[in-house]
Amino acid sequence: MITAKKNHQPEVLEAVVIRFVGDSGDGMQLTGTQFSDTSAMFGNDIATFPNYPSEIRAPQGSLYGVSGFQVHIGSVEVSTPGDNVDLLVAMNPAGLKTNLHAVKPGHTIIVDTDAFTKKNLEKAQYESNPLEDGSLENYRVIEVAMTSLTKEALKDVEGLDNKSITRSKNMFALGMVYWMYDRSTEHTINFFNKKFKSKPQIIEANTKVLNAGFYFAETLELIPNSYTISPAKMKAGTYRIIMGNTATAWGFLAAAEKSGLELFLGSYPITPATDILHELVKHKHFGVKAFQAEDEIAGITSAIGASFAGDLAITTTSGPGLALKGEALGLAMMLELPLVVVNVQRGGPSTGLPTKTEQSDLLQALYGRNGESPVIVIAASTPSNCFNFAYEAAKLTLEHMTPVILLTDGYIANGSAPWKIKSVSEMPEIKNNIVKEASENWHPYDRDEDTLARNWAIPGTEGLEHRVGGLEKDRVTGNVSYVPDNHEYMTKIRAEKIKRVQNYIPDLETEFADSGDLLVIGWGGTYGSLHSAVKQLNEEGYKNIGFAHFNYINPLPKNTSEVLGKFKKIIVCELNNGQFAKVLRMNLEGFNVLQFNKVQGLPFGNNELIQKFKQLVD
Amino acid sequence: METTVEKKYTFKDFASDQEVRWCPGCDDYVILRSMQKALPEMGVKKEDVVFISGIGCSSRFPYYMNTYGMHSIHGRAPGIASGVKLANPDLSVWIITGDGDSMAIGGNHFIHVLRRNIDLNIILFNNEIYGLTKGQFSPTSLVGQKTKSSPYGNTQPPFSPGELAIGAQARFFARIGGNTPKDMTKIFIEAEKFKGTSLIEVLQNCVIFNDGCFTQFTDKKVKADKQLYVEHGKPMIFGQNNDKGLVLNGLKLEVVTIGENGITEDDILVHDAKEQDPTLHQMLVRLEYPLVTGIIRSFDDVTLEERENALTAEVKANSKFSKTDDLFFSGETYEVK
Repeated sequence: MITAKKNHQPEVLEAVVIRFVGDSGDGMQLTGTQFSDTSAMFGNDIATFPNYPSEIRAPQGSLYGVSGFQVHIGSVEVSTPGDNVDLLVAMNPAGLKTNLHAVKPGHTIIVDTDAFTKKNLEKAQYESNPLEDGSLENYRVIEVAMTSLTKEALKDVEGLDNKSITRSKNMFALGMVYWMYDRSTEHTINFFNKKFKSKPQIIEANTKVLNAGFYFAETLELIPNSYTISPAKMKAGTYRIIMGNTATAWGFLAAAEKSGLELFLGSYPITPATDILHELVKHKHFGVKAFQAEDEIAGITSAIGASFAGDLAITTTSGPGLALKGEALGLAMMLELPLVVVNVQRGGPSTGLPTKTEQSDLLQALYGRNGESPVIVIAASTPSNCFNFAYEAAKLTLEHMTPVILLTDGYIANGSAPWKIKSVSEMPEIKNNIVKEASENWHPYDRDEDTLARNWAIPGTEGLEHRVGGLEKDRVTGNVSYVPDNHEYMTKIRAEKIKRVQNYIPDLETEFADSGDLLVIGWGGTYGSLHSAVKQLNEEGYKNIGFAHFNYINPLPKNTSEVLGKFKKIIVCELNNGQFAKVLRMNLEGFNVLQFNKVQGLPFGNNELIQKFKQLVD
Repeated sequence: METTVEKKYTFKDFASDQEVRWCPGCDDYVILRSMQKALPEMGVKKEDVVFISGIGCSSRFPYYMNTYGMHSIHGRAPGIASGVKLANPDLSVWIITGDGDSMAIGGNHFIHVLRRNIDLNIILFNNEIYGLTKGQFSPTSLVGQKTKSSPYGNTQPPFSPGELAIGAQARFFARIGGNTPKDMTKIFIEAEKFKGTSLIEVLQNCVIFNDGCFTQFTDKKVKADKQLYVEHGKPMIFGQNNDKGLVLNGLKLEVVTIGENGITEDDILVHDAKEQDPTLHQMLVRLEYPLVTGIIRSFDDVTLEERENALTAEVKANSKFSKTDDLFFSGETYEVK
């Protein structure tokens, strides 16, 4: 373990963006995670973004097989993984080629020269070696024979095959970056000791290579300087680094405990939602029932069954899966049973871009069912607040007896950030509508006067035997009814029930300005990008730009019109073709809603936002 | 649920206040009444009984039972019923389905629910036709059958529900004519007793769109000669004079006559429903003459709940987490001051 440096005074930076890229088997996700965790524990604010191909092991050295992990660390608030990078670590030519555009001119690139072979250059479609042809002259390139140095470092470790040796070269790179950014190797060495408990030679090898990289950087004259990023000012408390999907899973665990109900997950594997299944299936000790079904439909229908039987039931999916669940979701809405559907959005339509992010399932979530079938739709906006919104989704569904769709996306689901750990005791109460005894004249569709939630009579309860179904029901008895007026009445009451949720959700808030020339509007996973762009403009003196971010989509917060009315221009920024803009136009009258859209499978970049907003106010 | 029931129910306790709306003469009435008669004999509490149906004529069934019930969506009852049972294993859960519901639109769920062996009961109303949509061929309609969607004759070969089910690992399969309420009641009771997924195929006559489709086996006049009602541990004998029986001839079942060619009752195969190897059960299912009814297969196996419960107990015993706080604050956390 190395904690202190000799003879060296690092330069202090406010924030830095680092991207590690290599083959999908090169361990770039691990390298990036280690660097970000170490930085978080040092006290930095962080945001990360993994970017990997959908092929598990794409052909080695190919352009489409490049896997990347970007981390943004700061002594100031960090709300996105950053656009352009200060340091690119490229383990092969393909990684360099596909990521060079993101490196700020004049900034640093570290390459493993051993990987720049003729064969790899060809695979990366380089006509000449970029390390030799002068095409990188605008960057500070640090050429390191990482593979050879790794081999050299491990020549005395016994019992290692060639593959294991070559594989640990990512730790050489990590060691170098630790030195450059004044980080201790302690966390990573602890990680080795835990992870490879039963394989002491692997611990030894990784530790040796990590240290070798660290010392190599220290002695290398090519690295003129090292930097440090001071701890950020964050609220006091206990933190951990959490990924959005884990936070979502944990939000449901907390809600189940708080509500006193057992958690049931019916799910079918789909990228990028599967990690929620992976997480929840571990927690049998909390009584979690995680059921991997034969398809998306059985995922949701098993959850509907569990809900009918009294569990807190959820199903998790991504876009195409939501399409398959549509009919069953309509049933849950008609039955007026609690159910949370998590849609971790990805690039669509159809199979689209499974590993890339997008916000294009909004209209599907709102309208993707037959008949008049409104449900509550909410969206999480950061990796760590996936916890809050999963909890909120559970609370809303139990209290209002209607399905809730929780939208997240690949960007926040796979991204990670510090999370100030919430104890269940700090979370708001969750009521439910369970009825335990038959009162006189009891009916399954008796409603709460305020919320219009129907009561929840659970099989096993004596005297409350009843039948529900997808057919229209009589407003009083709940029996099948084809009476025309009754159908209209029930249609309206189901809509009104959703509308009344407005009384139970927070008002829309604005940041940076309550009124002015431009209101930047976003929803869901774009919070970080939009927030940091508006913040930057505010710091540059644009006090006339406000920012409002929506987590509640259906119903919209009560004061939405009021907030929007205080600005001359309104622009809705979203990673789709303008779906939320349509929703606002449909729901609110008298606003000229401008749009800024991006549909590239990527998050917004800071520069494109800044440019657009300036254009609108200058 | 298998606790002693203090209340004594009669079939009336299980009839809901809803008017039954199947066509007059439909076998569905027989199934409904047989179930209402079977339930008081099962020793289950009324509030612990749940009927889940899909879509089709059969799937109106839950509305007529004074128990918990759900009339769900087309083909999806197995998923819903699985969720009900996994959420509360104390319930007696029944899936009500038809040949279109379970073998066409719900085919995937049908095979997987059987594979998993959750303690559920499935009643498959097989009338070899789509009734509710007014007469199209179904996955069990015969080749050549003329229907609204096959006016010149059906060209799609049918599934045999039992064959499909046993191929999908069904541990319990029974087949019964829609006009035999007493046997049906008995089989429903046996299905409830069986731990695991039980499938009962009822040969249900549709009086409107496929009338008489099973008459050649089920008509009272021919039934004894055309049907073999099997019972575990008993020789497979049938016929008006109880003189016909099944023997194995090579890899085929053969009908023989007791008293002819030196055949005695001892030569007749004894039915072993509890055998794990489904080979003979499949042969019985496929047999065209006689048509085999009764409980053809009843192999005791571990249920999904038993596996899940054992795992959960083991995980709980070895876990350091009892509250979510234990998890949230575990592992790599750090303090910001």
